[in-house]
Amino acid sequence: MSQETPIARKQYLTPFNVITGIILVIGFVLTVLRFTKGIGAVTNLDNNNPWGLWIGFDLLCGVALAAGGYMTSSACYIFGLKKYHSAVRPAILTAFLGYALVVFALHYDVGRPWRLPYPIFWSQGTSSLLFEVGLCVFLYLTVLFIEWTPAAFEWLGYKKIRGIVVRLTLMLTIFGVVLSTLHQSSLGALFMIAPSKLHPLWYSGYLHVYFFISSMFAGLSMVIFESTLAHRWLHHKMDDTHLAESDGVVLGFGRAASFIMMGYVGIKIIGLAVDNNWHYLATGWGMWFLVELVGFVLLPAILFSMGAREKNLTFIRVAAVWAVLGIVLNRLNVSLIAFNWHLPAADRYVPSIMEVGTTIFIVTLGVVVYRFIALKMPILHEHPDYKQAH
Amino acid sequence: MEFFTLHDFMTYTKGVTYLVMGGILVFMPLYWLYLTDRDDD
Repeated sequence: MSQETPIARKQYLTPFNVITGIILVIGFVLTVLRFTKGIGAVTNLDNNNPWGLWIGFDLLCGVALAAGGYMTSSACYIFGLKKYHSAVRPAILTAFLGYALVVFALHYDVGRPWRLPYPIFWSQGTSSLLFEVGLCVFLYLTVLFIEWTPAAFEWLGYKKIRGIVVRLTLMLTIFGVVLSTLHQSSLGALFMIAPSKLHPLWYSGYLHVYFFISSMFAGLSMVIFESTLAHRWLHHKMDDTHLAESDGVVLGFGRAASFIMMGYVGIKIIGLAVDNNWHYLATGWGMWFLVELVGFVLLPAILFSMGAREKNLTFIRVAAVWAVLGIVLNRLNVSLIAFNWHLPAADRYVPSIMEVGTTIFIVTLGVVVYRFIALKMPILHEHPDYKQAH
Repeated sequence: MEFFTLHDFMTYTKGVTYLVMGGILVFMPLYWLYLTDRDDD
């Protein structure tokens, strides 16, 4: 026994475990602080800036980057592109965890978790976009959970109920696409209530369209990015089918992302033309707008296209990370940076270190849960009992 | 461009918008061809 103990300790004391362990402990302390001392004790939020990093990053970026779920499942089950089938389960899992963590993170912002069901079951604000977002996220999280359960049932050996859920796949996929169309766009439409607060270059009557279209390439890029990480860290869990289809998924998704991103640049230019905002481009805010649009949408779109044409997977993987960063920048611009742009510097919002810590904690939690599920359940490989059962 | 009436503004911005949309309608199919023309290789 005395000889086994150091080996066992060595396995648990990996850099990943140590770092995530420290982050989770700090996150737990921050959680206790938030729910015992109140939101003011841990955030820099005030009456000018009631929504901060937890909404701008955890919610807006979380929802956009979880769009890979509906993009991949609709490509496979609605458009019949079965060559992307091996990407469906990882994408659904990423989306499910993404939305679950969005709801989890929302508790930190809203407080009083026991009141979470109120907007749905008790006091519906049917004229509010936030109600629509809440209802869609509630329903879509349920849909994603059901879509994810076949993997859990295969792992647990529940063949009968797994068969029932699998028969619902097409209906769930259609329901997921409808719900995603609704709430991805509504998250953008939320900011249309504040035309005097959001800088004119980001404010537009088409804000809901921008959010929906950008969620498409955000989801595709995230699937590629997540696939890159899985190949690096969970390669041993992938079966031959997954490995054989992987390059095709990256190439196909990279090409689709490039096309959608070019269309997105086009409709952003239309937005400039409709509101006649060209003159703002020559200002400092205009430069920042161009950094986002050219630097983080147009350039990665071109890199995606080069990768797709040259069959260069490295180009596409780099472009995917670039595009993901671009989505994060866009959502932070709309919700934080270009929001309240006219306020003096002293009144501008800068997240506190504890807000940043909580966000890192929540992302880390997602990575840990993803890793646990991908290691235990048939996510990156097919269960031996269900080969060709799709 | 100086505007005097809402009509002036709408005429100008819609005119530019239609030109941009026309450009996009031509560009996007060409871009798709650029993305896919090596598929047979």
